[in-house]
Amino acid sequence: MNGIDIQAIFFDECEESLQAAEAGLDACKAGTQDSETINAIFRAVHSIKGGAGAFGYEALASYTHVFENLLGDVREGTVPVTSDLVDMLLLALDSLRDHVEAVRGGTAAPDDAAIKARLAEAHENVGKGGDTVAAAPAPAAAPAAVDMDDLDALLDDLLGPDPAPAASEARAEDSAGQAEDWALYVCPQAGAMDNGSEPLLWLRELVELGGACVKCDESVLPQIDELDPNEGYLAWTFTMPGSVEREKVADIFDFVGEQCLVLYGAEALNPPARARRVAAPEAKAPPAATAATATVSTKPAAAAPTPAPAAPAAQSIRIDLGKLDQLIDGVGELVIAQAMLAQRLSNEGLAHFEELAMLEGLVRDIQERAMAFRAQPISSVFSRVPRLLRELATSTGKHVKLVVAGETTELDKTVIERLSEPLTHLIRNAVDHGIESPEDRRAAGKDAEGTLTLSAEQRAGRIVIRIGDDGAGINREKVLAKAIEKGIVDPELHNLSDEEIDNLIFAPGFSTAAQVSSISGRGVGMDVVRQNVKELGGRITIESRPGQGTDFVLALPLTLAISDGMIVQVGDQSLVIPLTHVVESLSPTETEIKGMGRNIRMLNVRGQFLPIVPLRQLTGGTSPEEGLEQGVLVVVETERCGQAALLVDAIIDQRQFVIKSLDTHYRSVDGVAGATILGNGRVALIVDVDRLVLDLSKRPHAAAEAA
Amino acid sequence: MRPTRILTVDDSASMRALLLHALTTQGFEVEQAEDGQQAFEWLATNEVDVVITDINMPRLDGFGLIEQLRETARHADRPILVLTTESSDEKKRRARDAGATGWIVKPFDAEKLATAVRRVAH
Repeated sequence: MNGIDIQAIFFDECEESLQAAEAGLDACKAGTQDSETINAIFRAVHSIKGGAGAFGYEALASYTHVFENLLGDVREGTVPVTSDLVDMLLLALDSLRDHVEAVRGGTAAPDDAAIKARLAEAHENVGKGGDTVAAAPAPAAAPAAVDMDDLDALLDDLLGPDPAPAASEARAEDSAGQAEDWALYVCPQAGAMDNGSEPLLWLRELVELGGACVKCDESVLPQIDELDPNEGYLAWTFTMPGSVEREKVADIFDFVGEQCLVLYGAEALNPPARARRVAAPEAKAPPAATAATATVSTKPAAAAPTPAPAAPAAQSIRIDLGKLDQLIDGVGELVIAQAMLAQRLSNEGLAHFEELAMLEGLVRDIQERAMAFRAQPISSVFSRVPRLLRELATSTGKHVKLVVAGETTELDKTVIERLSEPLTHLIRNAVDHGIESPEDRRAAGKDAEGTLTLSAEQRAGRIVIRIGDDGAGINREKVLAKAIEKGIVDPELHNLSDEEIDNLIFAPGFSTAAQVSSISGRGVGMDVVRQNVKELGGRITIESRPGQGTDFVLALPLTLAISDGMIVQVGDQSLVIPLTHVVESLSPTETEIKGMGRNIRMLNVRGQFLPIVPLRQLTGGTSPEEGLEQGVLVVVETERCGQAALLVDAIIDQRQFVIKSLDTHYRSVDGVAGATILGNGRVALIVDVDRLVLDLSKRPHAAAEAA
Repeated sequence: MRPTRILTVDDSASMRALLLHALTTQGFEVEQAEDGQQAFEWLATNEVDVVITDINMPRLDGFGLIEQLRETARHADRPILVLTTESSDEKKRRARDAGATGWIVKPFDAEKLATAVRRVAH
C-alpha cells in the first residue's frame, strides 16, 4: 500500500462522510435532532479533517477545523439547532464538498472566506474565549501550525504547577553556558503508574539521551511489608548533557502530567522535602490507585457481560475495481464455457445427466453472486439531489420538496456512476420547466412548494427509476408547434398521439434553443439524456398528465456485463435480439400482413399496424418476400419509433450472453450492437434494434430496396 | 526480540491505512479494528503490547473503550494511546482521566508515532 492508494481510500471516505453529514443535516432539518444524529455529522467532518491534516491538504484542513468547531458547539448544546443554523451548515457542507473536489482534482481551493467567516462568527458567539485562535477566520493559518501551538501550550502546562519560571530560568542558564550539563530531578508520585504508564521507560529514555543518574533518593522507601507497589517511593537526580534541550526531556514526561514531579536546572538540585507516605491518605491519588487495584481481581466477572450482544458488525473488504471486473469477466466466460459444454454433450446425446444440471446451477449461482459484488444502493446518487435542489431554489426561486423512495435499491456500480448525469439533467428540467412558479401554482390551487418524487425499484429483472414532478405537465401544443418550426415533424402530420408528441422532446435539436435559462441550458439536450440511458442498456419513457405533472421513467438493466437475449436464425446465421426489446413473437397468417406502398409491409397486431423489418437485409440475405409465412415475427419495442416486427426464420433459444464490442475486435457496424459467442462456439451478432428500425423508418424505400 | 504488537482502532479507513503503513514501516506488528466495540470484543481474546485508538467513533468511542478495558484484569495496565486532533488541555485531561496512557496529536508522522509507542511499550 503506498501513499496514492491511501489517498484514494481517503477520497472514498470523504464521499461517504459528505453523504453521512448531508443525511444528518437533512434529518436535522426534518426535525430529528438527537445526539446520535448530531454526533454523526460531527464525526463525518472530523474524519475529513483528520485525513486532510494527515495528507497535508491545508486549505481543506483549515476549513474543516472551523466547520468542526461550530459543530462541536452544536454537539455540546451551546449553539441551538435552529432552522437558520441548519441552512448555514448545509451551505457549509456544499462548500466542504467543493473543497474535497478541489483537492481531489488538484485544482485551487474554492473561495471559502464568506462561509468560513460565518461559521467562525457563530462559533465565537458562544463566548468561550479559549479556542478563538483556531476559530478566527485566518485562512492562512495552517492546521498543523494550530495544532503545534496547542501542543506547545500543553507542554508548558505539563511542565509542572509552576512551569513558566522554571522554563525561563532554564533558558537563561542555557544562554549563559552553551554546552553546560544541567540537572534534572524526577519523582514519580502515586498514580504515575496508572493507566499502564511505566516510569522505568522514562528513565531509560533519559539515559538514551545521554543522561547520567547521579542520585537515587530512597529515603521514603518503607519496609517491605508496608510497601504498596502502586506508590512512588523513589526519586532520581540526573545530569543531562548541555546539548540536550529541555523541551526534549519535557516531551518524555508529556503523558504523565502532574503525577510525576519533574524539576530542571537549579530547582532540580533543591527538590522539596519528601515525607513518608505510608499512612498518608492526605494525597488524593493513592487511595484511588489502591482502590483500582483492589477491584481489579473482582471486576472481570462483572465486566464480562458488558460487551453488548449487539448485532455482529457487517465486515467488509475493499477490493480494487479492476480485479473485481476481471473476476466478473471471468464468470461471464465461465457461463459461455458451460453453455458450450452443455451443447457439445447434447450433440453427443449426453445432455441429461445430473452432473451437468448441477454445474449449471452452480454457474448461475456464482454469476448472480459475482454480479452482486458490483451492486450499490442507488442512495449514493439520490443523496446528491438535495444539494441540487438547494442550488436550483436559489437560482429559480422555486422551492421544491423532495420525496424519495426505494433508495436502498441496488444496481451496478457503473450504471450508478453513469446515471448521475442524466438524472441531474432530468431533475433540472423538472424544476426549471415542469414545476410552475409559486404564483402560478397558487393560482392553480396547488401548494406553492412543488414536489419532486424520486423512486427506484427492481421490477422483472430491471431497475425502474421514476423522476416525477407535480408541475404543469408537458404543454403538447407548444411542443408540437416547436417541433414543426424546427423541422423535426412534418407539418402535414396532424394525427400524432399524445405519447408521440411527448417523445418529441427527445428529438435531437429539439431542446437546445428552448432552454435559454442558465439552469437546464448547459448545452445538453434531452436527446443526450436519452442517449446516456440507452448506452446503459436502458430505456426512458414519459408519462405526462396536463396540470398534474410529468414522470420520467427510466428502466435500466441490473448489470452491464451480461444480458438476456433471444437467439434467432436468419439464413445460415444466428443473431441475438436483446430481450429488453422483445414484446412478443408470433407466426403471422397471410391476412395479418398488409402491403403499404411498394416495398413496405405492415403487420396487424390486434388492430395496430407495425412495420415489418426483415432481418435478412442485415445479413445480406435474399429478398424478404421469401419465407414470410414460414418465418416468425418478433415484435420489438424501440426508443424512438414505437413498435416494429422483426422477421426471422426461427427462434432458437433464449439465454444470457456476454457482450463483446465489435469496435474493439473489428469495427463499428451499423445496426449491430456487438457480438457474442454462442454455446456452439460460433460468433453471433447482437442486433441494434433501435438503430435498425430507425433506419427503416427514415429511409423506408431505400431500406426495402437494399434488401 | 519479538516486535511490538499494536492494535489500532479507527473508524476511518484512510486513517487505518496510514497507521498501518507508518507503524509497519517502523517495524511494528499491527492489528486493526474499526470501532471501540469491535476492538473490545477482539481484545477479550487477544493480546497486544499497545493499543492506539481514535476518540470519535460510532458504537463505542475511544474513551468508552478505554474505560471498559481498564475494568478488565487483562488490560488494566495496557498502554493505550489516543489519537486526537483536539489538542486542548481539557481533552487531554479527559483522556488521562479516562485512563489513557498517552496521546498522539494528529497529524502525525511515522517518527512521532514510533516515539509515542516506544515511550509506553513495556
